[in-house]
Amino acid sequence: MSVFVDRDSKVIVQGFTGQHATFHAEESMRFGTRVVGGVTPGKGGMTHLGLPVFNSVAEAVEETGATVSGIFVPPAIATDSLLEAVEAGIQIAVIIADGVPVQDMVRTKRYLAGRSTTIIGPNSPGIITPGACKVGIMPSHIYLPGRVGVVSRSGTLNYEAVSQMTALGLGQSTCVGIGGDPVNGTDFKTVLQAFENDDDTDVVVMIGEIGGQQEVEAAAWASQYMAKPLVCFIAGMSAPRGRRMGHAGAVIAGDADTATAKLDAIEALGHRVVRNPAEIGDTVLRAAKEAGQGPATAS
Amino acid sequence: MNIHEYQAKELLKQYGVPVPAGEVVYTDRAASRVAEELGGIRWVVKAQIHAGGRGKGGGVKVANSVAKVAEIADQMLGSTLVTAQTGPSGKRVHRVLVERASRIDREFYLSMIVDRVSQKIVVIASAEGGVEIEEVAAERPEAIHTEYVDPGVGLLDFQCRKIATSIGLASRAASFTRLLKRIYRLFRDKDCLLLEINPFIVTEDGDLVALDCKMQFDDNALYRQAPVAELRDFDEEDPKEVDASGHGLNYVALDGDVGCIVNGAGLAMGTMDAIVHHGGRPANFLDVGGGASAEKIANAFRIVLTDPNVKVILVNIFAGINRCDWIAQGVVQATRNQQIDVPVITRLAGTNVEEGRRILTDSGLAVIQADDLDDAAAKAVAAVAEVAA
Repeated sequence: MSVFVDRDSKVIVQGFTGQHATFHAEESMRFGTRVVGGVTPGKGGMTHLGLPVFNSVAEAVEETGATVSGIFVPPAIATDSLLEAVEAGIQIAVIIADGVPVQDMVRTKRYLAGRSTTIIGPNSPGIITPGACKVGIMPSHIYLPGRVGVVSRSGTLNYEAVSQMTALGLGQSTCVGIGGDPVNGTDFKTVLQAFENDDDTDVVVMIGEIGGQQEVEAAAWASQYMAKPLVCFIAGMSAPRGRRMGHAGAVIAGDADTATAKLDAIEALGHRVVRNPAEIGDTVLRAAKEAGQGPATAS
Repeated sequence: MNIHEYQAKELLKQYGVPVPAGEVVYTDRAASRVAEELGGIRWVVKAQIHAGGRGKGGGVKVANSVAKVAEIADQMLGSTLVTAQTGPSGKRVHRVLVERASRIDREFYLSMIVDRVSQKIVVIASAEGGVEIEEVAAERPEAIHTEYVDPGVGLLDFQCRKIATSIGLASRAASFTRLLKRIYRLFRDKDCLLLEINPFIVTEDGDLVALDCKMQFDDNALYRQAPVAELRDFDEEDPKEVDASGHGLNYVALDGDVGCIVNGAGLAMGTMDAIVHHGGRPANFLDVGGGASAEKIANAFRIVLTDPNVKVILVNIFAGINRCDWIAQGVVQATRNQQIDVPVITRLAGTNVEEGRRILTDSGLAVIQADDLDDAAAKAVAAVAEVAA
């Protein structure tokens, strides 16, 4: 199965005819993703990459039956595009844009309350089920189909962790980048829940960073409700207080927000933690072996 | 983005929130002119820097004569103010705010923030004003009252009355409600991340006044907040950070000796962590972002090297949206165009990695190539030790 997306997912791209969207849509299609069309208002009726372009998400959904959307529009209009997708019945929406105003997300989250759409991002590298479906900007070639679920805030740390695992022959079921913003669509806990319920995932890796308590809350949930082993890394051990470290959400506001405090709390909850980011792969391998799973690739 | 107290008070005034009469000045002569114009018998001179803890650090002083106002302003202007929040090197004072002193009856604490847990704007209030809210939170958490604002309907009157009652202002609930809703409107209109009024006072005449104010704005929203963006004071920021942001680089100065050039905020932090794990100390956080051109990499080298503590440079790139060949060309260009006297360690991975490594090898540069993150951090720390020896 995998989580959120699989080989049957029908994907559209919003902002389809833009430069980045075009590049990554092509990449995704090469990777096997079922991209069925895209949306660029005003360019409906055109053909792009051999696929139909629609003026609205509603038209695209009606014509193609798409349930997943990769939103490749600039940050200023990202939440508008997201709400259009939600209204049109999209089930999984991935927002790549870095730089969405946080109050836009506050209002959007209020609007989304009670709706079933899963929002990944903003400021997300996307979501990938190796060998089946990619909605995002990650370098496909480093991923290997397998049974480790990966969830991170950062894109590049996700790549780093995955490449360490792939080098050890440890494949991934699905990798989700929830994004580096303080208010995001899907939190760590929701993704852990999905992995726990996924028959194709044996071990889960959570890669967080300084700022907020989302990772600790997710770990607390996991120690109560999750049977699968969880490995955690929190980036920013050497980050100074009160400074924003690139991501809008990566700011140490209080003692509990530091990487060390978060790792200590997660370890105390009974999970495996990694303190050196170069050892993520090895630690996952040990966890997988103890869980009775050797380096396993295609399921 | 942070702004000065006097700028924050200007904004409050625009929204109808009372602040003490006052004006910002750059010279002692202007300070005495303003004091005379304000009239009265007591004035406050407040150093304008982007850091809290000014009171304890000597950045807020009361004067009982116009001559004293000028004297204090003269002392403050051009001096370096060290507070609990500035770090040991302190901050240079370029401007001071001269205000008529308020006669305080009671002090309160009031703030609004975008709360990442509830994903809402939250109003925080306490009857214990004028002190650090963190201290109150640690010692007497029951003295802090919070109200979450539903973004669908905004801050409601009954919530304001509830806060008024909780901080002992029930008898002034109507005027407090009016002010609180104005402050909320400002917070929402201007894309604030934080707005703190500490203290918020009741004067002896019974008026509600914002005596101090700190505001922080969402950088991501500045594109639609032009008047706010103009309030940015570059003197308050590290010139290297300003330089970096002008080139699309995200740089934060630290106090170690391994200069870091990395793509992605997460990996940039992870790289710093790996260096620390090997016993080294990062000199900076630097994220070159996506679409890193050769020129961007060259600028990254230049900025990192302006820090005299840098003994080694570690380039760690995991290219997704980036390409290793562009990065490698940037490294080659940077080392050709500027004198680099420190060892350079590179770790390239991801898109077009083979091409990137070949460019570096063929360049004949004395760049030390690393296989992975661990190897890169180990080589960087070893190189620091060699330089020191």
